[in-house]
Amino acid sequence: MKVRVKFFAILRERAGTAEVIQELSDGATVTDLWRGLQQQFPKLDVPGIRLLYAVNQNYVGSNDTLNDGDEVVFIPPVSGG
Amino acid sequence: MFRVQSKPIDLTELVGYVTDAEAGAIVTFIGTTRNNNEGRNVIALDYEAYPEMAEKELARIGAEAAQKWQIRRMVIVHRLGPVQIGEASVVIAVSSAHREAAFAASRFAIEEIKKTVPIWKKEVYEGGEVWIGTQTGQPFHR
Repeated sequence: MKVRVKFFAILRERAGTAEVIQELSDGATVTDLWRGLQQQFPKLDVPGIRLLYAVNQNYVGSNDTLNDGDEVVFIPPVSGG
Repeated sequence: MFRVQSKPIDLTELVGYVTDAEAGAIVTFIGTTRNNNEGRNVIALDYEAYPEMAEKELARIGAEAAQKWQIRRMVIVHRLGPVQIGEASVVIAVSSAHREAAFAASRFAIEEIKKTVPIWKKEVYEGGEVWIGTQTGQPFHR
């Protein structure tokens, strides 16, 4: 299956791209995806950063499984306002 | 109305949007960009969002506020992109029959925005820049 990953803010800068399509095996979780991305983009590993996870614009847990066509975003600490 | 936008926020438009014949109060909160943070001179600010989800989260905050308090109408608009020092980065306007609900709802909204809405602020200083909230002991990494 394939998922679309969008990067924002510090993660976009560190990945050097705003978006990537990632091939995953069935049953892969958010954490599995993140591990794969870190291998592909070593700079994504920001020391001490606490990420939240969104699938299709909703917050999810790191152990949630992904489905074909999902849009996944790793959300660094927000600082709006 | 819950949205993010690059153009400056028009306060009058937003107050007009929440104006309601049954309302006895309109509260506005304006978050503005400051020229200093933690002892550093801030020379520029830049906001980035995951826009689809940010607007969804802003609407979720509005719906939750409407469940908690008897409000009439509410609007939240957040700026994106470069914002000059002293300009509004976020405006909340809320109307209610009695003032308590509008005060409470606006306070709730700004606190929630800072916790859950996927918007990020980059501060640019002389000699460096940082995504706020992401400081990891190396404040000026690029």
